[in-house]
Amino acid sequence: MTCFTLNGKAVISQSLPSTRLSEVLRSEMGLSGTKIGCNAGDCGACSVLLDGEPICSCLTTVAQVAGAKVTSIEGLNAENIISNLQESFLAHGAAQCGICTPGMLVAAHALLLKNPTPNRCDVEDALGGVLCRCTGYGKIIDAVLAVNLDRPIKPLPQLGCSVGIPIRHLDGQSKVDASLVYGDDAAPQDSLMVRVIRSPHHYASFKIGDKAAFLSKHPKILAVLDASDIPGRNCFGVIPPFADQPVFAEETALYRGDAVAAIVGEADVITRFDEADFPITWDPHDTILTPEAAMSVNAPNLHESRDGNILVRGYVECGDADSALAAAKHKVEIRTKTPFIEHAYIEPEAGYAVREGNRIVIRGCTQASQMDRESLAEIMDVDPEAIRVMPTACGGGFGSKIDISFQPYVALAAWNLDRPARICYSRGESMRASTKRHPSDIHLRVGCDEKGQISGFVFDGIFNTGAYASWGPTVANRVPIHACGPYKTDHYRATSVAVHTNAPPAGAFRGFGVPQSAIAQECAYDLLADEIGMDRLAFRRSNALKNGVPTVTGQVFKNGVGIDDCFAALERPWKNALSRAADFNEEAIANGSPWRSGVGIASCWYGCGNTSLPNPSTIRMGITPEGEIVLHQGAMDIGQGSNTVISQIAADAFGVSVHDLTLVDCDTDLTPDCGKTSASRQTFVSGKAALLSGQALREMLLRQGNVDGNAKITIDGTSLNLRDDSGGFARIDLRGLPVNDYGYVFMAEETYDPPTSALDSKGQGKPYAVFGYGAQMIELQVDCVLGIVKLKTITTAHDVGRAINPLLVEGQIEGGVAQGIGLALMEDYRPGRTENLHDYLIPTIGDVPEFHHVIVEVPDDEGPYGAKGLGEHVLIPTAPAILNAIRHATGASITDLPATPDKICAAIAATKA
Amino acid sequence: MQKGLNEKLEADYVRPASLETAVSALAAGPRVILAGGTDVFPGLQDRPLLGPVLDISGIPALRTIDFDGSYFRIGAATSWRAVINADLPPAFDGLKEAAGEVGSIQIQNRATVVGNLCNASPAADGVPPLLTLDAELEIASTSGFRYLPLSKFILGNRKTALETGEMVSALRIPSTSTTGQSSFLKLGARSYLVISISMAALRLDVDKAGMISTVALSIGACSEVAIRMERVESALCGTPLANACERITKDLFTELAPIDDVRAPAQYRRDASVEVVRRLLAGQQKYFASEAKA
Repeated sequence: MTCFTLNGKAVISQSLPSTRLSEVLRSEMGLSGTKIGCNAGDCGACSVLLDGEPICSCLTTVAQVAGAKVTSIEGLNAENIISNLQESFLAHGAAQCGICTPGMLVAAHALLLKNPTPNRCDVEDALGGVLCRCTGYGKIIDAVLAVNLDRPIKPLPQLGCSVGIPIRHLDGQSKVDASLVYGDDAAPQDSLMVRVIRSPHHYASFKIGDKAAFLSKHPKILAVLDASDIPGRNCFGVIPPFADQPVFAEETALYRGDAVAAIVGEADVITRFDEADFPITWDPHDTILTPEAAMSVNAPNLHESRDGNILVRGYVECGDADSALAAAKHKVEIRTKTPFIEHAYIEPEAGYAVREGNRIVIRGCTQASQMDRESLAEIMDVDPEAIRVMPTACGGGFGSKIDISFQPYVALAAWNLDRPARICYSRGESMRASTKRHPSDIHLRVGCDEKGQISGFVFDGIFNTGAYASWGPTVANRVPIHACGPYKTDHYRATSVAVHTNAPPAGAFRGFGVPQSAIAQECAYDLLADEIGMDRLAFRRSNALKNGVPTVTGQVFKNGVGIDDCFAALERPWKNALSRAADFNEEAIANGSPWRSGVGIASCWYGCGNTSLPNPSTIRMGITPEGEIVLHQGAMDIGQGSNTVISQIAADAFGVSVHDLTLVDCDTDLTPDCGKTSASRQTFVSGKAALLSGQALREMLLRQGNVDGNAKITIDGTSLNLRDDSGGFARIDLRGLPVNDYGYVFMAEETYDPPTSALDSKGQGKPYAVFGYGAQMIELQVDCVLGIVKLKTITTAHDVGRAINPLLVEGQIEGGVAQGIGLALMEDYRPGRTENLHDYLIPTIGDVPEFHHVIVEVPDDEGPYGAKGLGEHVLIPTAPAILNAIRHATGASITDLPATPDKICAAIAATKA
Repeated sequence: MQKGLNEKLEADYVRPASLETAVSALAAGPRVILAGGTDVFPGLQDRPLLGPVLDISGIPALRTIDFDGSYFRIGAATSWRAVINADLPPAFDGLKEAAGEVGSIQIQNRATVVGNLCNASPAADGVPPLLTLDAELEIASTSGFRYLPLSKFILGNRKTALETGEMVSALRIPSTSTTGQSSFLKLGARSYLVISISMAALRLDVDKAGMISTVALSIGACSEVAIRMERVESALCGTPLANACERITKDLFTELAPIDDVRAPAQYRRDASVEVVRRLLAGQQKYFASEAKA
């Protein structure tokens, strides 16, 4: 028993004295605002104040706070102590997924108490212990800096015409007051707990021992689940023809982290269970961790049907690349390598399931509720209608939470034991088991003529796709389409191959392989520009793709190709930065300083939505007899803001204020299928469906009221007033109208599926209806003796077609940039070695530069209000821009990522050799 | 039965208010010693903390920093934050700089200096600065106290000279080793929450003629245990600080035995250490130049 003061009130904890304070707050005190991201002090999500000072509550026992004052986010919230700070976070868009927000607010509050007017450096020092994977920290810094300034926070803009207005996240309040429910915040108190037993070996056969004997020896463990307990198909996969991942491996585990069994019991028993007591014997095999090893003649096939461990190959060809390359006046060749990259969302996979008669309800974090439902129906051998997926808030996803993770384990446990069953992955389990960005090994040869026009381009990429297919086919297909970048490339051949190994399954991670291929292409273009003595931006502009010019798949866009507009926006910043760098270096040389400044630029293009496959979204809007306008928006908001952006589009299409809409978000029982949150498709595809739905509903009303198309719609209690410009007026009394099965008197449901076509054997066709474009410019400094890089500023120019919400556009860009920084400079996931957030490094608040943005709007015919996708584009240029800037500063080319200080030193030494 | 188990576990967690009680608890059987928890909990990964625990964070006498005329004493439950906030001579500047580089503010508020030593990581931020201060550990047991120099306390990676029934009650620094000023530099692959690739602490004093009169240098993360760089020290001692950097040559660093690991290869660690020492010396030149003016 421990007595302490919690948020101003005396409390008594009955938990064991050795219990983590974070656990006591969440489980015993019912305060789930304090989040647990790592249980090791690495992420700071669990920050609380202990006698006014920030600490990690996951590293403190409850006994240690005896007699002390503990303040959690709920305490700060309840007293309105941090209302200005929260308001500032909302106004600046400083909370995206929101999972780090409580920790950020606690740490920022502790700073502001001592220092009401901090500078940027003070903010970085104070928040350096809280990791954020969504925002890139820029908006968080701005939000904290603005709190106590006289500068008033901008009021909400006038609404009514909301597209193009930087309104704050509509669901933001619950993020800053920590009331939002995430995967591990939702389960009923009496839930059983599930723990998955996973392979500690990269590749091993195994035998599970006597389950009955185990259960009788551990009476508090209620069930052991394994492959034999699966009623349906013991297999899942995001691309049905390639589905190959078992819920529980049978006989052989193919990677370290492969699930083999699960135990279910009361929470305290499962928490304390020592896995060494689980009856299983392992027979480890020789491990295949690299594509080279996997493709060697002696390697066994990890999947029977996939010869040579090749999952899939991708191919695009146009013109005659070999001849063009042979004839090219200037040629460069580059080989780049990137490692596994971990998504490192701060919220580990978590959720619960409840059996309701013959239905199963799953709540938890996901990016793809409908796909979860289809997979679970197969695994559980029930109709899809028997599965209800009600996503909680998702504390970051970035691609990995598209795949099934925890869902089948809780579903099976809840189904078999008829009690709610919950799970929350540990950080180590999340890192071991979840998908990763594909490691790449890319060989590129590219040539140009004497004027710098790209002539021949030959690209070969090998991708380590790990133990199971996941999104490997998508990566292999996307890369050859995108590898040329947004440039006119007449003679082109690109091949890709996804190879199985005993590594974690490589899946979707923001960009599906394109960030890796862009590194090779954009670095090679710097080499080429230098070789012919051309300005690097001018070289890019002279090759930039234009309207009417075919892409490498032969697709021609009549409009919307915005890459040169992005480059043009960077012209002046580029010239200024180059001259700043030259001045800096002159002075540094004079002073004998080891620091050199460099400027780098890189671009991106990225097709929005599935590659040459159907990719529909459906949005429903309805009006209740009570006058409520309801938007059923099933596009999973994982922090990027689809709840906000799609509401803005729907509101404008229908013709009311965005605040007049009632939002029903993602729930497979309540929202039509909006597809998965991936491939930068929600603003474009679901946004278009919202536009069509809003327009259709409006059309119905106007017809009913017999008024002109310009009519204004106003809600007047249970009536709608329609007034057009030519004096036409109608008043529709909603109460008198018939109500449909959904409870609506008017309802529209519209589907949009972007027009694409299949690719032929040479990869020719129309893979995407829309591409988005962008370019980024980095200024940095390199310590040439120690190899340390300091990023100073980044200037971004992204063509989003139409910025539905400029604040959210900037938020996406900054978050993508931060992940690009990690890819360039520090991230390197090694199975068995970096399975935590202190060995696997992601950028902290001190690792991001100052941001400057130019939002470019070259409208596209397809997208809603001209909008294009953005979410993945933003990550693509960052790493090559950094590498190009390092080379500009030092002459050193880094081609084996990440560019850690030792590799930079070695590359600088190589330039002198 | 569950209740019985809980009671047993509860009884196994002792949080005494005095050192005497703490050492008697240890005498009765082995216990995990818990102070700030910043190494104990990560070491458990996600397992709960079970089994016998001795929590020393509630012993007021171990939470102080004081000076008795001969020794500066830092109690075993004293946090890095308390070191940063303490009024200490310039010879402790390096220790304070190291304190500011430990994890994050959240970690510095809980983690203890002594815990950093007892955890005996090759990359422990506290070891190099404390080696330059000739720190000793005060080790307590039911048979009283014994003192051991830090250089003899850490025996290897995660290995200390602590015997069964013993705990560290404090570390103490002889006032004779607090002349001059010290500084600390740590290299890592990101800004915060980072484990060192290499780090060095340098304590130095100069005479009126600008000659180095006292020098203590230690490098961490480049050998199993951080070490004093005696050959560098002898090369510097008695020579002018003004051109000290010139005497820092690679051949003086051969006792370093860095390893290749996920953070950096051995060669980089070795080369970087030489440069880090040069940078520390350059910093000291500035410090003593401004001291001389003042």
